[in-house]
Amino acid sequence: MYVAVKGGERAIDNAHRWLEDERRGDRKVTDLSVDQIKTQLSLSIAKVMAEGSLFDPELASLAIKQARGDLIEAIFLIRAYRTTLPRFGVGQPINTDKMIAKRRISATFKDIPGGQLLGPTFDYTHRLLDFKLLADGSIDEFEPGKDTEQMFQHVTQFLNNEGIIETEETSSSEAESPDLTRQPLEIPANRALRLQALTRSDEGFLLGMAYSTQRGFGRNHPFVGELRIGLISVEFEIPEIGFNIEIAEIEISECETVNQFLGSKTHPPKFTRGYGFVFGQSERKAISMALVDRALRWKELGEVSDGAPAQDEEFVLYHGDNIQATGFVEHIKLPHYVDFQAELELIRKIRKTAFEAKKG
Amino acid sequence: MSLVRSKWLSYLAKSSESDLVGLYESTGLDPSYTYLRKPEIGTIMATARIGNTGQKFNAGEISVTRCSIQLEDGKLVGHGYVQGRSKKKSTVAALCDALMQSDKRTLIESKIVIKLKEIEKKRHDLIKRKAEKTKVDFFTLVRGEDEK
Repeated sequence: MYVAVKGGERAIDNAHRWLEDERRGDRKVTDLSVDQIKTQLSLSIAKVMAEGSLFDPELASLAIKQARGDLIEAIFLIRAYRTTLPRFGVGQPINTDKMIAKRRISATFKDIPGGQLLGPTFDYTHRLLDFKLLADGSIDEFEPGKDTEQMFQHVTQFLNNEGIIETEETSSSEAESPDLTRQPLEIPANRALRLQALTRSDEGFLLGMAYSTQRGFGRNHPFVGELRIGLISVEFEIPEIGFNIEIAEIEISECETVNQFLGSKTHPPKFTRGYGFVFGQSERKAISMALVDRALRWKELGEVSDGAPAQDEEFVLYHGDNIQATGFVEHIKLPHYVDFQAELELIRKIRKTAFEAKKG
Repeated sequence: MSLVRSKWLSYLAKSSESDLVGLYESTGLDPSYTYLRKPEIGTIMATARIGNTGQKFNAGEISVTRCSIQLEDGKLVGHGYVQGRSKKKSTVAALCDALMQSDKRTLIESKIVIKLKEIEKKRHDLIKRKAEKTKVDFFTLVRGEDEK
């Protein structure tokens, strides 16, 4: 039975008007500007850009304002907007050696050429609420230090003299780098496709997956070989003139883990690697991504899987996208009157049959 | 000093709209032009390499705007591929690109492109100088057993 249901229109319009009013909040308090969000909630912006998979701080700020701070809703807005844009092409692979680094640390080697730069980190803060911020206290500008040059080779490169760490090499088939925004994600996925899925996955989901590997569900003994955050240029070939220009400058977080590996039938004992690369200052996610990347590599390294969730690429790749997830989970709150009516009829019929059989 | 085209297009692309438009307006130039391609907002897909040296993967998109213009005078063509969603910035970048190929080159280079280069360097230097101040200066404490 199909029942056309009408009559919600006025209710929906009013609900949306009330939503806008609630978003604005108390009119005695100054309206929050997109610029304020952009400059003062930069880590929320980073999350929305990474999971929305579109680097545009201004749009991310607008989305956060419109979504009343609900970051998954903001990511949804960005994903929807992105689908309306034409793609002009594909950029040249980014070279993170050239990063202008705000932060660059290694947990494996103390003395790395270029040194360890802590950057603007929450690490080593005491996690005590700062009540000065409640009282509108002004903050001193951070005075820069002396002039300096940066050219940071990756830690894994120079500690690999012994050949004790696996090297990452380009593959001949990379011309067909798969793109899950163009073709549906299919399993088994190669590592490049997995990384594309992971870098736009939900931070919380990846964090949980990464944590599970540390607690023993697909153990992979990670060390953070290097973690860096900073600006990099993105090169793109201008089709009209046929050469590359630096078309954009973006902030990214990069994490490389080195993982203990006792060897398998096909690979000698050595350190293996996991890789995390995320838009914006998102180090929690970059680390999580590297751990999950490594966990998913068990097959190509000839390891035996523990059957852990983090080693199951279908489980990880199909459930990490928070827009797909929220769409499916939340849709069950929308009217299912007819479906439910059918279920109701069915249960009534079964009950009736059961009662009659008992009486019989 | 003489910049090649890829360099000036890079400084134009990565500049902020307010810096670029402000500098352009300060030159007082207002040439007539027609659009060969009207400003259009789109994206490019950024790619990276696994471990920076391995296989290429798609890292996510970046918003960009492009347009192409032709100057009435001299028929020179300029392309404005820029980061972000500003049609104004894209148009001004395309104009600068065309003017850089004209007899106005010295003016555009000195009043706009070199200034943008300096702004970019300053922004990078500031990050490096702040980061330098957070560099860890390790020292090892003498432990008791070493003294015997």
